[in-house]
Amino acid sequence: MSSDYVSPQVRGAVEGNDRRPGTPRRGSGFLDEPLRLGLTPSATVGPYLAIGLTWPDGPFAVAEGTAGAVWLRGRVTDGNGDLVPDAMIETWQVDPDGHVDHPDAPPGPGPVPGFRGFGRSSTAEPAGEYGILTLKPGRVPDGQGGLQAPHVDVSVFARGLLDRVVTRIYFGDEPEANAEDVVLRSLPEADRQTLIATPTQDGYRLDIVLQGDRETVFFAV
Amino acid sequence: MTTTDRGRALPRQEGPALPRYLREPAERRTPLAYPGYRSTALRAPLRTPVDLPHRLTEVTGPLLGEDLVTPADADLTLRMGGEAQGQRIIVFGRVLDSDGRPVPDALVEVWQANAAGRYRHVVDNWPAPLDPHFDGLGRVMTDSLGRYEFTTVKPGAYPWGNHHNAWRPAHIHFSLFGRAFPQRLVTQMYFPGDPLFAQDPIFTSIPAAARDRAIGTFDLDRTQPDWALAFRWDIVLRGAEQTPFETEDDGDVA
Repeated sequence: MSSDYVSPQVRGAVEGNDRRPGTPRRGSGFLDEPLRLGLTPSATVGPYLAIGLTWPDGPFAVAEGTAGAVWLRGRVTDGNGDLVPDAMIETWQVDPDGHVDHPDAPPGPGPVPGFRGFGRSSTAEPAGEYGILTLKPGRVPDGQGGLQAPHVDVSVFARGLLDRVVTRIYFGDEPEANAEDVVLRSLPEADRQTLIATPTQDGYRLDIVLQGDRETVFFAV
Repeated sequence: MTTTDRGRALPRQEGPALPRYLREPAERRTPLAYPGYRSTALRAPLRTPVDLPHRLTEVTGPLLGEDLVTPADADLTLRMGGEAQGQRIIVFGRVLDSDGRPVPDALVEVWQANAAGRYRHVVDNWPAPLDPHFDGLGRVMTDSLGRYEFTTVKPGAYPWGNHHNAWRPAHIHFSLFGRAFPQRLVTQMYFPGDPLFAQDPIFTSIPAAARDRAIGTFDLDRTQPDWALAFRWDIVLRGAEQTPFETEDDGDVA
């Protein structure tokens, strides 16, 4: 069956097009790259996140009363410097020995009692402020023969953010480890300081600036 | 709005084979900032994010949920001693990674407005009725094949003041962890054929090539006769490349 008719879809198909559903790409007819499903796109968490994402023990990455537990606290502010009282902060980290109980992690001595490694805090109360109770993490390999400085991975979700943004909390009382850290060393000094928490009476404090001159360093993870 | 680079690209040199989670090209990801969605203007960071290598903290993630979830959490239509008003629906699907592998035993958290488009939240006070038997919260775990399912009522549309006469299309919020930090996803599921899509900047912020992925499909086979309609929505999280890392610039600095 031959025909001069060329459908608009085929006519519009060019190499490197975005392969919208139903749009063929000219080629050999064989897959020339691994078949991958398209990812579900992210969306904002919106203003009503408290309905779905509130856990009574959310802020406790380690059980209350655990020896050595510290509070990580800070404010979240926007491009005007105003507090963001409807955000959610999540933290994820290794345990104080640098281990994590997970199928993709090297085997370790087993989980630390009471330690979840994951924390979730809203910034509703006090307004614009998060708080996570946890244990200070240990160091983990940096993939270049050294060790990363102790760090906590942080996700920020909020109305007005169409995807989460990711940053890290490092610790101000670890100057030697911080000086060796591959990620910190790659940053200009002023940017590095946006990631380093200040010791306080009951833990550490680091403010997160979503936008502006003192914008926190965010990571593409 | 301008963006500036900061920092240098970090080298990707690695000995042991840790998984590396693949990114979707930027043209198919929801951008952080979108002018039509006004709240992004002062909240979305302006500077280009710095590429973070996937080391131990990034290739792992919280594996939790079972102690958070009870069977009753999968039925949002039975709350506070009675039945919710509205069109009863079953929402189901699979959670997969981009290689098509199921994501088993993973926590799925959902929340939504009631059938009248009202959230049970102190900030939501537009004149639509609350439902004494609907709180809008659901939690389920995926099974060994990555399947999830819950029963709810179809949420209503609601006005939100982003622009003149702005209405959000009906949607259900979803939160997923997957098994590693890069797989974390918070998103919204929409319903097919909603006439409000074109005027909703939260929907249109999704690149056109990816919008279909945010819309559930009606599934007649899974309706329950004389009981409930059914919508299927499969969720795809980032997949991992299991090969040892090589030094490369794969352009995934977003």
